Amino acid sequence: MAKMNMLQAINSALDIAMSEDESTLCFGEDVGHFGGVFRATSGLQDKYGKLRCFNTPLVEQGIIGFANGLAAQGSRPIAEIQFADYIFPAFDQIVNEAAKFRYRSGNEFNVGRLTIRAPYGGGIAGGLYHSQSPEAYFAHTPGLKVVIPRNPYQAKGLLLASIRDDNPVIFFEPKRLYRASTGEVPIEDYQLPLGKAEIMQTGSDITLLAWGAQMEVLQNAADLAVNDGVSCEVIDLRSILPWDIETIVNSVVKTGRLLVTQEAPLTAGFASEIAATIQQECFLHLESPVARVCGLDTPYPLALEKEYVSDHLKIYEAIKRSINY
Amino acid sequence: MSSDVYNDGPVVHKPTFIDGSSVEIPQLKILKQDGSIYEGSDMPDIDEALAIKVYKTFAFHRVLDERMVASQRQGRLSFYMAALGEEAASVGGAAGLQPQDMIMSQYREQGALMFRGFSLENFMDQMFSNKKDLGKGRQMPIHYGSKELNYITVSSPLGTQIPQATGYAYGQKLRGLDAVTLCYFGEGAASEGDFHAGLNMAAVQEAPVIFFCRNNGYAISTPSDEQFKGNGIASRGVGYGIKTLRVDGNDILAVIKATQIARKVALKENAPVLIEAMSYRLGAHSTSDDPSGYRTREEEAKWQANDPILRMKNWLLAQNWWDEEQDKMLFEKLREKVLAAVKVSEKINKPHIDTLITDVYDVPSAQLKSQLEQVKAHINKYPEAYPFTAGKF
Repeated sequence: MAKMNMLQAINSALDIAMSEDESTLCFGEDVGHFGGVFRATSGLQDKYGKLRCFNTPLVEQGIIGFANGLAAQGSRPIAEIQFADYIFPAFDQIVNEAAKFRYRSGNEFNVGRLTIRAPYGGGIAGGLYHSQSPEAYFAHTPGLKVVIPRNPYQAKGLLLASIRDDNPVIFFEPKRLYRASTGEVPIEDYQLPLGKAEIMQTGSDITLLAWGAQMEVLQNAADLAVNDGVSCEVIDLRSILPWDIETIVNSVVKTGRLLVTQEAPLTAGFASEIAATIQQECFLHLESPVARVCGLDTPYPLALEKEYVSDHLKIYEAIKRSINY
Repeated sequence: MSSDVYNDGPVVHKPTFIDGSSVEIPQLKILKQDGSIYEGSDMPDIDEALAIKVYKTFAFHRVLDERMVASQRQGRLSFYMAALGEEAASVGGAAGLQPQDMIMSQYREQGALMFRGFSLENFMDQMFSNKKDLGKGRQMPIHYGSKELNYITVSSPLGTQIPQATGYAYGQKLRGLDAVTLCYFGEGAASEGDFHAGLNMAAVQEAPVIFFCRNNGYAISTPSDEQFKGNGIASRGVGYGIKTLRVDGNDILAVIKATQIARKVALKENAPVLIEAMSYRLGAHSTSDDPSGYRTREEEAKWQANDPILRMKNWLLAQNWWDEEQDKMLFEKLREKVLAAVKVSEKINKPHIDTLITDVYDVPSAQLKSQLEQVKAHINKYPEAYPFTAGKF
């Protein structure tokens, strides 16, 4: 064990992945000698050489197209998109190519070895184009897996599982936590399961569900609610696609209430999918409507970021509304 | 900042434009339409056996195209794309490679797959999307692919295979394989962002990939002068610092020569090569298209006189490797075989209902399994509405 921040945990996972398999490559804009703008790939070029860890030209569709080709060939590419806000030029390569490669070829070919990493989410005064949470776009695409960690321990274990998973995985890294979140992380190799939520705190009155950096916010709200005598069950979804319906359903059957929070805008966010599924599966157990606490349906703002985001106070109020419904 | 462009080159003290059209690009021609060879030509490595194999592939190609367009007209097939008049680009490209080289195609390069041995049954089963299709009946006709034959399955989005070919070739290089990747695309697809991404990355990342542009004059109805300016697609290669070669795309010997030499350069120098093959799409874009709405009979007639298959036949006759009687027999036999194969494949059942959810992931998720069970229960309730699958699971 060692104390690490999220960047160090990610770097450690990449190091393990590159050391165990010569066909594993890390590349993207500024990823080489510089180690990435956040330094997640620091030291990897020195250790594994320029052929396996390198800068690419500034072209996201090229980075993911190149990665798709490498994965089809049998290499294990880990492609970095510098910010999730800039993943859209690669949307076609992800949605029409990576996600459909196996299905359209009848499994003659696949790009299951592909992992895409991207710093994601707000809270760093990044405004419109350094703050977005685009998970819902990709959750709408069969063939992809989407994973978002909440802390350094989760980041290392989930990233190693994503790299080794035989499906294309998009791994969104909440960049607000890169240096802010620290914790004890095993130095050695370990994996955490994809597609499995984790119950962080058990409770009986309401289920609180989120992922990534919102977990911290959610926990703060749960701590406020406990003073009102509300017992919250707090769950980290961890994988957006495929998602762990069973764990959430079991929890809501027990508590009778669900609140989902996300940084992304309200309309057609992943919280909406969860709400629809839970009303389908738990209709007769629900004591109140499923609550969604999300960003506004606006681009991600700068000066008014604090007002825009779903913070612990907005969540706390929504908990009370749900309990008093 | 280590590139020489910051300091090298002549210095001027008055503004001096470089005209985009100032790049002169020669066109490689070896074989004349009458079957004779241009004097002083560098011949490709080709013996009688390879020449006959190429020609038989040509014949198969032309007969298959002709019969499948007819089948579509008869309502037996939903869709088809012929490659009439530009078969030399696809067949010649494959003939200039080694079997271990990967081919990533656009959608009009069935000739390359034929050359590699994709069988008549393979083609038919894909086009009729029956249960024997390697692609499990998931894609429209002509989206072929074969792992065994190193030919990546076709996908409809244009140009996406170009940066993928760069990545594939980079992987081949890392493993030290004696193999390259050849990537086909049309001059229309060269307007896509993926073209520029793929070429630039190949040059920078030093990937042994052969970019093979089939410049056939049209993207559906859009003529190439409304597609790009400057000296064709080849001039883009020069701009990206890529060794570039333009060939007569209807000259099978020039295409084979260009591909053979491109392969050598790509492997030896760990560098990409761009080939631009100049040709003409004599047929419609697809069976859903009618070229009479956007071009003249006179223009087509000019290119009909450049038929690449006839040109090769003239050469084979001159070599005494082929005769008219053999030719007649070959085409007759192929027509019979193709007709018979249509009758067999169109009657083979559709894929099993379970293949609806396989291959989305390596293993179907719980959600997918549950969705499939719901569909099956529904089919059982209304079997007459789902005749392909009812009672078959």
